[in-house]
Amino acid sequence: MDSVFSNVVRAPEDPILGVTVAYNNDPSPAKLNLGVGAYRTEEGKPLVLDVVRRAEQQLVNDPSRVKEYIPIAGLADFNKLSAKLILGADSPAIQESRVATIQCLSGTGSLRVGAEFLKKHYHQSVIFIPKPTWGNHPKVFNLAGLSVEYYRYYDPATRGLDFQGLLEDLGAAPSGAIVLLHACAHNPTGVDPTSEQWEQIRQLMRSKSLLPFFDSAYQGFASGSLDTDAHAVRIFVADGGECLIAQSYAKNMGLYGERVGALSIVCKSADVASKVESQVKLVVRPMYSSPPIHGASIVATILKSSDMYNDWTIELKGMADRIINMRQQLFEALQAKGTPGDWSHIIKQIGMFTFTGLNKEQVAFMTKEYHIYMTSDGRISMAGLSSKTVPHLVEAIHAAVTRVA
Amino acid sequence: MAEHIVMIIGKPVVLDCVREAERRIAGTSFMEYLPMGGSVKMVEETLKLAYGDNSQFIKDKRIAAVQSLSGTGACRLFADFQNRFCPASQIYIPVPTWSNHHNIWRDAQVPQKTYHYYHPETKGLDFKGLMDDVKNAPEGSFFLLHACAHNPTGVDPTEEQWREISQLFKAKKHFAFFDMAYQGFASGDPARDAKSIRIFLEDGHHIGISQSYAKNMGLYGQRVGCLSVLCEDEKQAVTVKSQLQQLARPMYSNPPLHGAQIVSTILGDPELKSLWLKEVKIMADRIIGMRTTLRDSLEKLGSPLSWEHIGMFCYSGLTPEQVDRLTSEYHIYMTRNGRISMAGVTTGNVGYLANAIHEVTKSS
Repeated sequence: MDSVFSNVVRAPEDPILGVTVAYNNDPSPAKLNLGVGAYRTEEGKPLVLDVVRRAEQQLVNDPSRVKEYIPIAGLADFNKLSAKLILGADSPAIQESRVATIQCLSGTGSLRVGAEFLKKHYHQSVIFIPKPTWGNHPKVFNLAGLSVEYYRYYDPATRGLDFQGLLEDLGAAPSGAIVLLHACAHNPTGVDPTSEQWEQIRQLMRSKSLLPFFDSAYQGFASGSLDTDAHAVRIFVADGGECLIAQSYAKNMGLYGERVGALSIVCKSADVASKVESQVKLVVRPMYSSPPIHGASIVATILKSSDMYNDWTIELKGMADRIINMRQQLFEALQAKGTPGDWSHIIKQIGMFTFTGLNKEQVAFMTKEYHIYMTSDGRISMAGLSSKTVPHLVEAIHAAVTRVA
Repeated sequence: MAEHIVMIIGKPVVLDCVREAERRIAGTSFMEYLPMGGSVKMVEETLKLAYGDNSQFIKDKRIAAVQSLSGTGACRLFADFQNRFCPASQIYIPVPTWSNHHNIWRDAQVPQKTYHYYHPETKGLDFKGLMDDVKNAPEGSFFLLHACAHNPTGVDPTEEQWREISQLFKAKKHFAFFDMAYQGFASGDPARDAKSIRIFLEDGHHIGISQSYAKNMGLYGQRVGCLSVLCEDEKQAVTVKSQLQQLARPMYSNPPLHGAQIVSTILGDPELKSLWLKEVKIMADRIIGMRTTLRDSLEKLGSPLSWEHIGMFCYSGLTPEQVDRLTSEYHIYMTRNGRISMAGVTTGNVGYLANAIHEVTKSS
């Protein structure tokens, strides 16, 4: 019998996840994976946080736990604790019950559910996203039925923020348009607005009734401080206005594969928040019915114990510090090597990624000659570097910059 | 003395094989991202359950399969795929069906039609109505079929009826999409519960299947399942899988790890797999026992209604008003369409339940 799907053509590899596929296929012992943003230790190994292991043990040893369906909106205490984490325990929005929080599948799931909700219930269906942004963002919003526009963000000349361009583009956006903001540690550039710039952005957006949709994937992981990394989100919420927030625990709790996240919608009133939550549930049910319980249970266990919470903040700072240290080492090594160019952006940028400024050809050269794997936009994951592998990377960058245009 | 009986989904139970799997997993593995298509090992084991341990289709790599967010996620991925690659198509859904089926294909923007399934007078299958609808549907239509333990009626075609349905599908070149949420849980024997699928495979159909471990492994909250599509050859399977992944990536990137680890651990270990099969049979037998007890109790009470139809679900035929009385007067909770999940009935409450049902229906 003929297939009804004979017209289907093969999809290209995902540009980000495809890097790891290529890396895995490389037999060279010198290979280095700087593609996917997953944390690695100095020894180059994945890391499961100690508090996560302790939470796991607690859960497995608790005979009273049953594995029935959890509610469509997910675990209630996980949701409350997640809102507190991003908004601050003393947030008036929380105290006034104005926040609808729904457990979702990590950052991706939170973005998709939020976008579908907006498509169904919000009067504007255009979302402005920064240029560049995480490769999956446009796909998430397109599939939710939103149309995607870009606002200027990264300035290749300075390897920093194109703040004027950003203000102009958001200033020209239609009233009520949705605007995607990276809460901290912009992916892929690592370039964040300063707190003064955030304040200007906030004022501009509120004056045009632009709806903020925060992607918070690195809280605590960027600076080492959970509160510092939540600053941008909190100044928007403090002005009493509304916003959406997609939170991920993939990196800051190392729970990548468990798909743990939360979508929070901060509303003008408790009544609105309650109605909003009921509608978000109607988006979730025909997508996957209810979210997976395991990762959220781990998070809730940690966040509700003050001991475990404190231990978590220490481990989190440890990861952030190692990454900051890698930036310093890479920068100093390039200086010492005399590699042409200004490499100070490596230590100015923040978070897991550095936007090296290397072009496609240089990246391809580094992969072919030095077995270094990264996305073709020149983004490298600092979390994938160690003191041992910095010299190899420096060799490769130096060769690429001096031999390839 | 009123008892609270929650019968919406039945009493949750954690299987021994699951507890053991969790003990083995805790503390031992990393939590890295799965590939977009999920755990390869889990998918391989899951395909064996649906297609057969020695399935030639598996050996020939003709099945495009991805780990999904339980049955809902599998149905939704398929619906999205159908919308993208067969944009002119519709889905035929049985009447009645699990209510969320309508929501899934609606949100995937695939237009819906219905086909006759349940016969309210006989409380059985409206086989003639079903076959008429299959015959009258345009050639090459997409149909949603419940592989076993039809939800909410509990009414399934016989093996002979499945064969006739398959032959008619062949003549009409229809596409069969099976939702199999109760394999093993219906009869106690996973191979028997997959019979409808095996018939279609024997007859040469290229089917799609949604599989769920929510009930048969008790993994409700882990959201673990599998979507598979049987293709012409390995090349097409690779192609279709790549496109399914393209739909999963902007929805959740990659599926959750823990449930998949539990499934792989159990199905990949002969002792644990054997324990699981035993436990599934015990669960199924208990429900079958409850069906018999409930029916016998109602008949003994002299109920004027017929209760032969009780299956895994009992589509009791109770009206919404009768259901409301059960709730307000007897503290018995069920969905207002009168569906009783037999999994929630126990030796401790079956007498009370029979009595309550009789009280609200005896003047019917």
